[in-house]
Amino acid sequence: MIPWGETRLVQGNEAIALGALASGIRFFGGYPITPSTEVAEILARRLPETGGVFIQMEDEIASISSVMGASLGGAKAMTATSGPGFSLMQEGLGYGCMAEIPFVVVDVMRAGPSTGLPTQVSQGDVMQARWGTHGDHPVIALCPASVRECFDMTIRAFNLSEEFRTPVLLLSDEVIGHMRERVTFPRREDVRILDRPVPETPVEWYEHYHPAPSNVSPMASYGSGYRFHVTGLTHDRQGFPTRRIDEVDEKMARLKNKIVRRLDELVEVKTHDVEQSRVVIFAYGSVYRSALAAQVMLEKKHKKVGVFRPVTLWPFPDREVKEYLDEKDVVIVPELNQGQLIHEVERLTSDCVRIVPVQRVDGYEITPEEIVGAAMEVM
Amino acid sequence: MAAILPYEYKYLRAKKKFPHVWCPGCGIGIVMGSIIRAIDSLGWNKNEIMLVSGIGCTSRMPVYLDFNTLHTMHGRALAFATGVKLANPGLKVIAVMGDGDALAIGGNHIIHAARRNIDITSIIVNNFNYGMTGGQHSPTTPMNAVTATSPHGMIEPGFDTCALLSAAGASFVARATVYHVVEMDGLIRQALEKKGFSVVEALSPCPTNYGRANRLGDAVKMMEEMRDNSVTVTKAAKMTPEELSGKIVRGVLAEREAPEYTDLYRDLCERVQGKAAEVPK
Repeated sequence: MIPWGETRLVQGNEAIALGALASGIRFFGGYPITPSTEVAEILARRLPETGGVFIQMEDEIASISSVMGASLGGAKAMTATSGPGFSLMQEGLGYGCMAEIPFVVVDVMRAGPSTGLPTQVSQGDVMQARWGTHGDHPVIALCPASVRECFDMTIRAFNLSEEFRTPVLLLSDEVIGHMRERVTFPRREDVRILDRPVPETPVEWYEHYHPAPSNVSPMASYGSGYRFHVTGLTHDRQGFPTRRIDEVDEKMARLKNKIVRRLDELVEVKTHDVEQSRVVIFAYGSVYRSALAAQVMLEKKHKKVGVFRPVTLWPFPDREVKEYLDEKDVVIVPELNQGQLIHEVERLTSDCVRIVPVQRVDGYEITPEEIVGAAMEVM
Repeated sequence: MAAILPYEYKYLRAKKKFPHVWCPGCGIGIVMGSIIRAIDSLGWNKNEIMLVSGIGCTSRMPVYLDFNTLHTMHGRALAFATGVKLANPGLKVIAVMGDGDALAIGGNHIIHAARRNIDITSIIVNNFNYGMTGGQHSPTTPMNAVTATSPHGMIEPGFDTCALLSAAGASFVARATVYHVVEMDGLIRQALEKKGFSVVEALSPCPTNYGRANRLGDAVKMMEEMRDNSVTVTKAAKMTPEELSGKIVRGVLAEREAPEYTDLYRDLCERVQGKAAEVPK
């Protein structure tokens, strides 16, 4: 089913479906929405072949809810959506973070707000991914920029969700989702697939939210013989509602610390000639491809620019942005929105660094020429 | 109040999680007792029972019961339950919801769960209002009733829960009241035993909010009203529409045999995998 080690022409959304199958997905609950639908369509065809479950639910709220139920029942689970569907899933995402349920949500970003431009690209959900739920808690969001990365990052998203017991977002976009590229798949033996740690303690000692050793405890599944309670209410180590300050504090600190104390394992960036350049393009997702093309075009004009790419969007690579970008003359930030991650770059760099936005929200890709134009103005 | 039967301790998280949150005179505890007795009479193992709820007074029930328990988001109990059931078809999945949870915010999910005929038992405790938030009107609040958000009288008709879910495709639909508790034990047991989507609507008094707002008297008075104003299905069949007007009809209102969703999905997997063809004829 997975073309391990082979070379194929593959679409981005197809690569996500294949990555999910490679990860051992056992449940997909979803609702059709452009431009993510191919993920569901492929899994509808493939999952029954593996004995896994595909179900088209009645809406996106039901989709994410069924995914969480399935994950608590022991299945690796995922949903895929876009724009309006992602908005509908926000309450569920918060529930997943609070109840510490591993699953993957793919958001193939399309232009908004509202119904917007359903078949066209944007990067408008970056801040929604971070702050879309009520209450606050950290999130993990990965951002692919090629079809091969759609495959690899879906596996990584599953691995991180199982390891950290939390929902993981894969923020793709319409261009990456619908693009076809020649992909050489990794060999099976070179890919690491992680499964959630399961408890070995006697049933009567089991705590569904035990803090040791790394703020993430082994997780039993419903039906495994461990009987436990799960709730979205703030809960104690056993999962029962609590308002005791010491228990509430422990829970909330643990939700944060399980992410922020392991940034080294989570945060990934890519840099191209950043050290040697005074001008750097900060770009992610499909725009990163334009940034790399712009870098080559500028090279031909004897203008040296670097490219800095956050691969993990959340948690944001604060340390890396400071380290690589804070001493630069200019950072160009092309984004398919009206300015989202540019504020993070501004937050982490001194006033001496000139931040230049290049923004489009008309549903079209930012071209390399537009980035070159912005660079030529400042160089 | 009779002493709690010893076997009920077996099913309650009695030492840790009591006292419960329900008001004096509330009927939800009676429904919980019925669920326990129905399960005990079936001799089911606690490990194989999955109790799912949404948000509201009724949805607090899973905290108190020593099963696999899941207290989800408002309205989403059945969507979570669908995921759990499909991931683990061996579990006996029960969803407990209030009228607002099941029929307003969760209305979409319940009609589709019924349409799929997935093997989940839904117990809807209908107290005609949103109790936990202080007595606002719900999709089952009767016409003209006074609630915190219909202070001048309700002008929306209420759902007939059982007719709705019967029409949506449920395999078993019954109505009970917390006054007729032995009858309710039996109806819940039948619902649990029924393969497919089964529903028991349990009418229950909310003297604190709904009862007080509508001057219906105390809990005892509201229970007596259930006794005096309800008839069994058998008796209702012999009554004229005029005689039946305003009466609560108790008992099994719909029962049918239909393919169950997790069975159909398993068959589909076997068909796709070509296993079905290998079965000797």
